[in-house]
Amino acid sequence: MNLKPWMAAAVIGLAGSAFAQDDSTLSIDGEEFVTETEAPAHLENVSTIYSGWRFRTPETQALQVDDFDNPAMIFVDQALDLFQQVDGTEGKSCASCHTDGPEEFAGLHAKMPKVVDGKLMVMEELINTHRQDAMGAEPWKWSGADMQAMVALIGLQSRGMPMNVAIDGDAAPFWEKGKEIYYTRYGQLELSCSNCHEDNYGNMIRADHLSQGMINGFPTYRLKQAKLISRHNRFRGCIRDTRAETFAEGSDEFKALELYVASRANGLDIETPAVRQ
Amino acid sequence: MKHVIGVGCAVALAGTIVWAEAVKPTDVVFEDGAVSVSLSGMPGDPANGAVLMNKGSGNCIACHAVDALSDLPFHGEVGPPLDGVADRWSEAELRGIVADAKKMFDGTMMPSFYRTEGFIRLGDAYTGKAFEGAEVQPLLTAQEIEDVVAFLVTLKEE
Ligand code: HEC
Ligand code: HEC
Repeated sequence: MNLKPWMAAAVIGLAGSAFAQDDSTLSIDGEEFVTETEAPAHLENVSTIYSGWRFRTPETQALQVDDFDNPAMIFVDQALDLFQQVDGTEGKSCASCHTDGPEEFAGLHAKMPKVVDGKLMVMEELINTHRQDAMGAEPWKWSGADMQAMVALIGLQSRGMPMNVAIDGDAAPFWEKGKEIYYTRYGQLELSCSNCHEDNYGNMIRADHLSQGMINGFPTYRLKQAKLISRHNRFRGCIRDTRAETFAEGSDEFKALELYVASRANGLDIETPAVRQ
Repeated sequence: MKHVIGVGCAVALAGTIVWAEAVKPTDVVFEDGAVSVSLSGMPGDPANGAVLMNKGSGNCIACHAVDALSDLPFHGEVGPPLDGVADRWSEAELRGIVADAKKMFDGTMMPSFYRTEGFIRLGDAYTGKAFEGAEVQPLLTAQEIEDVVAFLVTLKEE
């Protein structure tokens, strides 16, 4: 953390303890989650990583501790129906091939994005590839309700498992590209992801309490928009706020950025679907 | 710089001048991060400066807390509080910091409010689309910079 002179007093006052965010612990239906842990070795400027949950107000936090209160679960239920629903020219549903149900995907989210046959794949692409190739169905729109509900359903199967994406081997060049994007100061405001989420997490920027910009809870249910927000939609919003030309959802740039951002959360438990203000 | 001096004379001679030629963003002369002449050739209006601190492309309190504006909600913590800033910096230094803080503080996160070049993937305001106009406008006009500086100069504690 880049300490600025005017913060020194606050840091000394709370020496030894986390000062940037609250110290509450998240447990969902009795299961404890790791929302704070040692940063993965590849992180140069941060020693502790925190889930975005830790930066939210008690009211927003509360919506995530009980699945009956979590508004994202309505969409997860819809995805369960979609999982069974026949679509496309082959007369198949997801369940035709995945006979054990979505539970078959436990652990998958923790390792996504990943490289398959030299191509960097994120969850949305895995889903659309199967819809098109196996079902003969139309691809879903990246941030569309059906797609993000399905991403949430599959992600939920890994809830409570630590994020653990690979950054070496085939993944290395994509990871390097994502890292470069993370540290580039875009737009007329010349702000990088790191300016806000690495140098200033824990600080207020206008009415927003800056988190480390982690994606272990995505897709997240955003109360303001009353729907599930995809990772790439969130990236787009953050880059747009720098008065920059954003990248497109599903672009190679955002896929690489997603791999890099996911790797910054390696070690934090998956919370999908999380709730945000 | 010649034309700036010229404008200064014109203001003095005409008495009630409504318009003066501004120094272009690309022509601003920085000395150790400070800018000694008014960018608009006119004095600033501190009341409008206070408005810009909260709104539009200024929005300074997104990052800075200012006690004098405590009636407005949500002051940020990214930059230092600006209380007493006029005790720490001269008017010329404040003008330089607001016009292009990167000249005073190398690599600072503070945006450059009177610069039009050197951006990566410049957008069309907050649309997320590419900028396609002919001429890039700075975040604040020359007169708006002067207004903000006129407000900052009032922030004295001593
Ligand atoms: C101008 C400041 C700013 C910049 C630059 C910025 N963000 Fe954000 N970001 C925010 C704010 C404010 C929020 C909402 C509060 C929070 O969660 O931090 C946010 C939220 C997020 C979230 C959601 C976190 C959660 O737990 O819900 C992610 C992910 C994210 N940002 C990633 C990025 C990435 C990647 C970049 C660069 C491409 C970036 N941000 C650039 C300000 C910024
Ligand atoms: C995105 C964040 C951000 C915004 C917006 C911003 N600033 Fe700053 N400002 C900073 C930071 C960070 C510093 C500290 C300089 C450094 O990097 O060392 C700073 C420093 C300053 C200083 C010097 C303060 C001191 O005590 O040394 C002044 C004056 C100032 N800003 C005025 C403004 C004004 C006026 C505006 C709006 C027109 C503004 N700032 C907008 C981030 C910001």
